Amino acid sequence: MIDPRAADARVAADPTAEPIPADPTAEPIPADPAAPDPHDHPHPAEHAHPPGRELPAYGTGHELRHAAHHAAVVLSEVTAGYDERAALTDITVAVATGTLLAVFGPNGGGKSTFLKVIAGLLKPWSGHVHVLGAEPGREARRVAYVPQAEQVDWEFPVSVWDVVVMGRYPRIGMFRRPGAADRRAVADALELVGMADHAQTQIGRLSGGQRRRAFLARALAADPDLYLLDEPVTGVDPTTQEDLMRILEAETRRGKTVIATTHDLAAAAEHFEDVLALNRTVIAHGRSDLVLDRDVLSRTYGGHLLVLGGEPLLVDDAHHHDQAPGREQHFHDGTHR
Amino acid sequence: MIDALVAPLQFEFGVRALLAAALVGLVCAVVGSYMVLRGLSFMGDAISHAAFPGVVMAYLFGGSLYLGGAIAAVATALGIGWISRRARLRSDAIIGVLFAGMFGLGVAIYSAIPNYVGDLFGFLFGDVLGIGLGDLIGLAILGGLVILVIWALWKEFLFATFDPLGAGASGLNVNRLDYLFLGLIALTIVVSIQAVGIILVVAMLTTPAATAQLLTARFGRLMAIAIAIGIGSGIAGIYVSFWLNLASGASIVLIQTAIFFLALALGPRRGLLRRHPARSAAEGT
Repeated sequence: MIDPRAADARVAADPTAEPIPADPTAEPIPADPAAPDPHDHPHPAEHAHPPGRELPAYGTGHELRHAAHHAAVVLSEVTAGYDERAALTDITVAVATGTLLAVFGPNGGGKSTFLKVIAGLLKPWSGHVHVLGAEPGREARRVAYVPQAEQVDWEFPVSVWDVVVMGRYPRIGMFRRPGAADRRAVADALELVGMADHAQTQIGRLSGGQRRRAFLARALAADPDLYLLDEPVTGVDPTTQEDLMRILEAETRRGKTVIATTHDLAAAAEHFEDVLALNRTVIAHGRSDLVLDRDVLSRTYGGHLLVLGGEPLLVDDAHHHDQAPGREQHFHDGTHR
Repeated sequence: MIDALVAPLQFEFGVRALLAAALVGLVCAVVGSYMVLRGLSFMGDAISHAAFPGVVMAYLFGGSLYLGGAIAAVATALGIGWISRRARLRSDAIIGVLFAGMFGLGVAIYSAIPNYVGDLFGFLFGDVLGIGLGDLIGLAILGGLVILVIWALWKEFLFATFDPLGAGASGLNVNRLDYLFLGLIALTIVVSIQAVGIILVVAMLTTPAATAQLLTARFGRLMAIAIAIGIGSGIAGIYVSFWLNLASGASIVLIQTAIFFLALALGPRRGLLRRHPARSAAEGT
């Protein structure tokens, strides 16, 4: 409200936003919503199905694997934005449980808005959203959201441990303090992301990659069913990118759903099995090796695309990657206690 | 030396003043630690000025100054929050409008009272040496309430302050916490007005926490240091006020300001003497 970071909360309080019906099965959700032109996509995207309904036996093994579960996230004809500017128009998409989904597109294409709608941080102007079988925000304790690096105040007086334990706060509940189980979960998460040695380091003194590791650890400590990650691998070193993706893949194998935004097309193509091309509306949605063709890319990014030898190469005009400003040194505990 | 330290304690008003100053220092430091990190210092200034018309009305009709000030301050705090959610204006502009408007209202009402000069100084700059037993008890109860709420919700406030999006997504009602925190600021200011006055109360909230921010990179320590500065400067300020016959609020605030500049010059974290490569030395412990 007073803080500009809370701008979205202000929108979320908009009383004019349409209420979302509590019954997820009330609205039939159109199948294969993602492809505006079926000829472009011989292999259709994830077929939407409302939670709690019998699934049709269709598709390839890939689709069957996902169809074995209910959709983790369903958006139906969703339009959302800020003030009077729509950032997303008529979004219909279903994300199956256990999917590792990259949401890619240009800056201003609505990637972050997409995550905020799912997280319940932004009420859509119209349309229906179901997250983990309920309206957004209802199952908040099963959702972990990681903001973009540049939205974090890195000078804030908290250590890596302090940040990671925040992932446990919703479980701990009000009035209570973290207990032994919470400490163990934090330690495990820090171990997993390779940050155990930095537990007591103030977050501003981490490198860009370490900062992303710390925030992923926070999400892991929450042990959510749905990860919403805003640019988790943007501007980090290749080792960190590999490590984080390996962890996220392992999470999807445990039945967790991961939705991550990126404007790095190479990262989306290389690391994610499913992609959602977003530019104000859904351009394409499906397996990355099938969807990422030249036509989809040019429609996602407009003219900012260069094709070299059949391989599309993204020419992105956005270079505000997360750079730890001027202090990439790593400090280790013990040298300054 | 001993005599000088014992001197104020020989008077009942001296003991009350010391207790009041220490309590105000404590409550302001606790609330101020969050306030500074939220970038709400200007908000604190606005709320304190907005309490003025409430205090004047209470004075005029013989009601409780706390109650009058609290109503005006809380109403303004919530009003700023409410307007900034609806109007497409930067919140600092809204704060500026309401803050000056409310203070102007207070001045207008006050100027309508015949022979109005009398207690104006006390309202604006505080008069902790004149605090009565009833006021002290009221201060202790309201201050205790503020501390209790923060003690109960400290981790929720911390999460919502550090990462409002992540906190909101994990199910915390960030809006409600924001309003609650504004209410706590308003309450803190009202209980502090008797001690340091409307004009200077923002320093009690801001300076100890800002000083602590120069000295540590951990929130728990930040609050502990702020509390130490708040209580210490409150007590020291009363002595200085007693010895040199200076205004009590100004004495406390000047001591805090001196500590701030000392920390700025010598502090390891963001001190002026720090050289960049030596950044690691004492930071973040």
